Amino acid sequence: MWRDHLTQIIVFGVLFLGVSALGFAASRWRRTGSLNHLDEWGLGGRGFGGWITWFLLGGDIYTAYTFVAVPALLFAAGATGFYAVPYTVIVYPLVMFALVRLWSVSYKHGFVTPADFVRKRYESRTLALLVAITGIVATMPYIALQLVGIEAALKTMGLVGDSGFTRHLPILIAFAILAAYTYSSGLRAPALIAFVKDSLIYLVIIVAVIYLPFKLGGWGGIFDAAAAKFEASAAPGDGILLNANNQLNYVTLALGSALALFLYPHTATGILASRDRGVVKRNMAALPAYSLALGLIALLGYAAIAAGTKPVLGDNNTIVPALFDGLFPAWFAGVAFAAIGIGALVPAAIMSIAAANLFTRNIWVEFLDKGASPAREARVSKITSLLVKFGALLFVVGISPQFAIDLQLIGGVIILQTLPSVGIGLYTRWFHKGALIAGWAAGMGAGLWMLYLVPNAATKHEHFGGSAIALSKLGFDSPRTLYVGFLAVAVNLAVATAGTLILRAAKVSDGGDGTAPADYTADRSAPEREVSRYTEAAV
Amino acid sequence: MTNGNDRSRWNWLLAIPVALPLATFLFNFDGPRLGGFPLFYWLQLAFVGLVVAVTTLVYRLSKRER
Repeated sequence: MWRDHLTQIIVFGVLFLGVSALGFAASRWRRTGSLNHLDEWGLGGRGFGGWITWFLLGGDIYTAYTFVAVPALLFAAGATGFYAVPYTVIVYPLVMFALVRLWSVSYKHGFVTPADFVRKRYESRTLALLVAITGIVATMPYIALQLVGIEAALKTMGLVGDSGFTRHLPILIAFAILAAYTYSSGLRAPALIAFVKDSLIYLVIIVAVIYLPFKLGGWGGIFDAAAAKFEASAAPGDGILLNANNQLNYVTLALGSALALFLYPHTATGILASRDRGVVKRNMAALPAYSLALGLIALLGYAAIAAGTKPVLGDNNTIVPALFDGLFPAWFAGVAFAAIGIGALVPAAIMSIAAANLFTRNIWVEFLDKGASPAREARVSKITSLLVKFGALLFVVGISPQFAIDLQLIGGVIILQTLPSVGIGLYTRWFHKGALIAGWAAGMGAGLWMLYLVPNAATKHEHFGGSAIALSKLGFDSPRTLYVGFLAVAVNLAVATAGTLILRAAKVSDGGDGTAPADYTADRSAPEREVSRYTEAAV
Repeated sequence: MTNGNDRSRWNWLLAIPVALPLATFLFNFDGPRLGGFPLFYWLQLAFVGLVVAVTTLVYRLSKRER
């Protein structure tokens, strides 16, 4: 009942509304030009310095995924969920220089999206279109995950309707507010709110990792309680350590997720909004600090086991909110719920902006409305940012996988198919554009087919139940599991490589290359930086 | 517009924090525990420190070479 949670609801409500007001006010923050331009609305003026970028990218990467989905996986399945830690460790050294190159070539040519880059690099509208559509579709389940995160906090406070439409009403209201300020302020809204989000989150984490073990008999006791639970359960894959069958899945998940993160359109948005190459590089060195927080939050899944917490309404995703509800004083639980809710709003806003930019630049202007003015471009983007959120809602209603985390992992399978054209394309123009299209089709087909084969053990659905596929499903005599995205992108790369060799041998003409090698190392020049309109003073 | 340069032999150092966390067979054990954390957990959290150190080092070294 919501009446039992009144204190929490008031604290949550005040913080949530305060942040929303900040979102609307953000349209005036660091304003350098008219918001009726995609560089302003969609990239915040391309002038964010080190600190803002740190908060913005942190908001991009550490989301409801961190606070809700990862601990839920540890709570239910154990060690396998901890893959999120190696994933967010290896991603920075792995993609550091690729992202710096992406920044340079985009700065030089005024790209707003990864598909803009592909368009120029391969001089192919078709390939750019595929990359754009892939980005939009992959982003929707990731936004859906944020919805699930907010919903977990709302459910724990008893803010959940009885049936059908009203069941989702609270989340619809929260999302309407988000949609409104994203529409009016663009990327400045999440950039500004990210400060509040991170302050709240760090506050909650520090309290949680000190206070909870103290109440639960120390970390040793927490791990022992988790081990005992998994020992007693009938499920074969769980435990506080990996086993022979899921070790490969763990490694491929970490690697696949890291590559996927770098390809997601909202990562590009965060990177392109920064001021120069140095900002990007310094952030690659500083961002892992968040991963430590992520790892500790993940372990709250075990703390919930030790505390004997029961998920609300049988929904595993509520495990961390339910833990806070049980062990924190009511007012602080309210603060923690607000941290979760706001932590989901920031990335949801950035993701919808990124998807909207893709639609506008690479579908609308490219195919439907050539020569649209910057003002019209910005308007189309604003409207699309609303539509994308509806798409995310459809994912929540349509696909309800066993774990919320699978929404992000399914998105990962999709976005990984742009690895050859975007990721490898930043280094070499070797692939033939026709072969890249064939590879994309093969990888996407294989990925979706494998996802279709994955059953859901909890709901007994036969299909789309997760992202780890048993090799036995593919005709191999082995119970080992693997991340679908990893296999799919391997198919993609194999086809693209073979296709390139064949097309070259057959002398089929390939498009040109609209970029020069020096473009990939271009930087905003120092004198320009000094007289720059953008200053760090505001922070 | 100026030009940066990414090429540096120090960049190879970045392979360490990529490869080590993926070699799960090296640390998929309960002991030795540290502050109650099994090896599997404390070591992976320690890799966060490693990656910060290595990326910072590479950034500094590549800046000096320029």
